[in-house]
Amino acid sequence: MAAAIRQPGWYRGAIGLVLGAAFGFFLVVGLRLLSGLDAMQTEQTGYPQVIVPLITAPFGFLFGFGAFDYWFRWAAGKPTIPEDHSGHGATRWQDYFKFNTDHKVIGTQYVVTTLFFFLIGGLLALLMRAELAQPGAQIVAANTFNGLFSTHAVVMIFLFIIPVFAGLANYVLPLMIGAPDMAFPRLNALSFWLLPIAGIIFLASFLAPGGSFDAGWTGYAPLSTGAPLGQSFFNIGVQFAGASSIATALNFLVTIITMRAPGMNIWRMPLLVWANLSTSLLVVGATPFVAGAQFMVFFDRILGMNFFNFLEGGDVVSYQHIFWFYSHPAVYIMMLPGFGIISEIISTHARKPVFGYRLMALALIGIVVLSYSVWAHHMFVAGMFSWLRVPIMITTLLIAVPTGIKVFSWLGTLFYGKIHTYSTAMLFALAFIVTFTIGGISGVQLGMIPLDIHVSDTYFVVAHIHFVLFGGSVFTIFAGIYHWFPKMTGRMYDERLGRIHFWGTVIGTWMAFVPMHWVGMDGMPRRVADYASQYGDWNLLISVSAFVLGAVQLVFLYNMIVSWRFGPKAGNNPWRANSIEWHVSSPPPVFNFDEIPRVVGGPYEYGTPGARHVIMGGEESADVPEPKPTTVTAPS
Amino acid sequence: MTRLPIFKMVLAVIVVGLIQSVVLLQFNWFGQEASTAAKPIDTMMDVTIVLSSFIFAIVCVALGYALYKWRAKPGDESDGLPIHGNTKLEVIWTLIPVMIVLGLGGYSWAVLNDIEKTKADAIHVNAYAQQFAWTFGYPESGNKWSEGEIHVPVDRQIIFDLRAQDVIHSFWVPEWRMKKDAVPGLETDVVVTPNREGTFQLVCAELCGLGHTTMRAKVVVESQAEYDKWVAGLKSEVPEDLLLTPDQYIEKQKQLEEQSSGIEDSGVIETNKPNEQD
Ligand code: HEM
Ligand SMILES: [Cu+2]
Repeated sequence: MAAAIRQPGWYRGAIGLVLGAAFGFFLVVGLRLLSGLDAMQTEQTGYPQVIVPLITAPFGFLFGFGAFDYWFRWAAGKPTIPEDHSGHGATRWQDYFKFNTDHKVIGTQYVVTTLFFFLIGGLLALLMRAELAQPGAQIVAANTFNGLFSTHAVVMIFLFIIPVFAGLANYVLPLMIGAPDMAFPRLNALSFWLLPIAGIIFLASFLAPGGSFDAGWTGYAPLSTGAPLGQSFFNIGVQFAGASSIATALNFLVTIITMRAPGMNIWRMPLLVWANLSTSLLVVGATPFVAGAQFMVFFDRILGMNFFNFLEGGDVVSYQHIFWFYSHPAVYIMMLPGFGIISEIISTHARKPVFGYRLMALALIGIVVLSYSVWAHHMFVAGMFSWLRVPIMITTLLIAVPTGIKVFSWLGTLFYGKIHTYSTAMLFALAFIVTFTIGGISGVQLGMIPLDIHVSDTYFVVAHIHFVLFGGSVFTIFAGIYHWFPKMTGRMYDERLGRIHFWGTVIGTWMAFVPMHWVGMDGMPRRVADYASQYGDWNLLISVSAFVLGAVQLVFLYNMIVSWRFGPKAGNNPWRANSIEWHVSSPPPVFNFDEIPRVVGGPYEYGTPGARHVIMGGEESADVPEPKPTTVTAPS
Repeated sequence: MTRLPIFKMVLAVIVVGLIQSVVLLQFNWFGQEASTAAKPIDTMMDVTIVLSSFIFAIVCVALGYALYKWRAKPGDESDGLPIHGNTKLEVIWTLIPVMIVLGLGGYSWAVLNDIEKTKADAIHVNAYAQQFAWTFGYPESGNKWSEGEIHVPVDRQIIFDLRAQDVIHSFWVPEWRMKKDAVPGLETDVVVTPNREGTFQLVCAELCGLGHTTMRAKVVVESQAEYDKWVAGLKSEVPEDLLLTPDQYIEKQKQLEEQSSGIEDSGVIETNKPNEQD
């Protein structure tokens, strides 16, 4: 037992958690008593005795859990424990619950954890849709409702979409570029463990007096600066999620820039790598702004500062500028990795090179650059300087161009291909093209100021974000999970169940989110718990469809869990794909490659006899024949 | 390499696009038009609907044709043609969209200038947003005050000066199509020329707290004579506090604070709580 407590792990983590919380609590109480104040402070924006432990407890946990052991020993000049690789790789399920430094384990941890939060966010959404099925108040009180849509959005954005992409890329990207791991494996593990912490903080806000944070995921000041305690949970949770994101982005950048296999020059990088390079450039530049915005709100709340207090010279609108300077890039942080996934899948299953590969890569970079110049399109009616509106409108509309290039190039990739649609991954990729186009079109409409003036803050915007985020991002996430499931688990999933999930999801998405455009244009504002009875029928349809959409996700979960355990063995390369990860075993060996592979051509060399992307270690020379595809376990 | 049936595909795009446009144009998406801004905005929506219909048709036809033509037979393990791109095509689908969106931008700019242009004979009405109610002042009629209900004359340009002193609210009458936030510490306004008599609803469109859902007010557009009569019949005047400009308001709060600062500091950190929630 004593040894178990000294070892990094859950015991020590639990002790660290308690000690951290106690430290924070007694620090506040002690200092307050010393200054002659009441021990506890229970103003709604205060509660330092809760807030400070909320920050110190997670650090206590991380210390105990072993996140910092190596760095501290090293910094203190102590001999570091010789690499025994015990914290690397997974042989038993318990290894997934450790501070593990293997990028493949971390990728799996990410995907499973974020899917769990997807479920929670989905349940919150269904509660909302239950309330909105009929006009009038039925199920939840108005304050609970505001809490529901706020936590729903925050969980979906910060704990599902952004990190699930980081998880998928964590798994495949090092393999794809022929690297043995990420550049900073310990930082990588730390990034992962910050996530559940953020999630627990967000959800714990429901227990706070006054309920969970309820100023929307946008948390506009001064609504947020004066809101009850739960808002501080949001301010703090974002710091953990944001730090996780930034650390991962740095890790990806260094990994992509320095660890590519010999021969992989930038024009031989698969587009998924380009996409994550672009995403990381956005994260590194933009995420500090959301962290800053939330710190400023936090300081206004608990330290009595006045960043956004107009009575003391603060500027209310500046919150929105800072927030959107992150959050517009954030919407592309939630989309670009998906673009990468779609390029891989379409090329593989159409058996054709990606059409216009270089322009595809440049379009990603174009989106990155433009993304930093469009933030104020969320503020056309916010009362900001009116001269800023037209320039921002122009850049906003221009961002549709690189987005359009991507759509046209995917279509171009299909032409003259050999399109296989047996895989659920490909079905989602094809459906993505169509559905995302709708979201892009409504985006352009929103970018046109006169139209935005009318539909801003209505259900039309809700429709737009769900077409781009559900029909866009989530479709690509499903596509990616299905595509790499065989690689990650070594087993095939059930395509029949995949199809049920696919059709249910596509139909549910369209039925639930198309009518939202209509009620929004007709005058239904967003973020309301009740609405005029004229919108009743459409809302009923939306709610029913949302429940269908929710229900078919259970098919997905069942398929994933059962196939992971009992699915037929997958073989190395069930899709006959080209990129490097498919040339190693499924799942790949702990250190990925015995010998670093050599890249000799572009990533999408389909249809050119003899052309190759990679020569794996152990193969003698360039003229070894293309390895025969192994098992293809595909129903018709 | 088989030649593409370009002509048939273009035809299909035109047919599909036309059908979509015709169907979608049947609906009055934005509801009743009750201000001079409504018509140009609704026309703009129709333009984007037609344009989008054709763009969406291109995507659908291309995808449909590809799936019809190049779906692999089961067991076919061969590859597609090794086409890596086509510079001419790529330039086309970069430049044409650039021209389209720049056109849309110019069009939007023109319409924006149009709907926001103020006239010399416009009348000013103040709209005060507070959690969770609207009140209105009529500065040109001796600062008369009405709560939860606003009357305006038809066919006169009205500049609503928006004021908020707690959190952000947003002034929106869907039938007028215009919207603008009321921001604490800022003077914002929204310009509307109602051109249809009737009763409408003013909606708060920006999340403002617990009562956001029910923060509505009644809007009555009537003839100038009826409006004059209504304003004349109003009893109360706008409370003095609401009349202050943001700067004056801040000044006044400062003075109040100075007066009260004689009181012994209670030691409780004073935080600004614009929206006491319980
Ligand atoms: C063609 C490209 C796009 C354009 C021109 C565009 C334009 C816009 C505009 C103008 C708004 C503000 C609407 C308003 O609040 O009045 C908006 C909102 C939003 N967009 Fe997009 N968008 C595009 C693509 C995307 C993508 C790819 C995503 C994410 C995957 C996305 C996610 C969002 C979200 C989440 C909001 C709502 C934020 C909020 O207020 O809560 N958009 N978009
Ligand atoms: Cu944006």
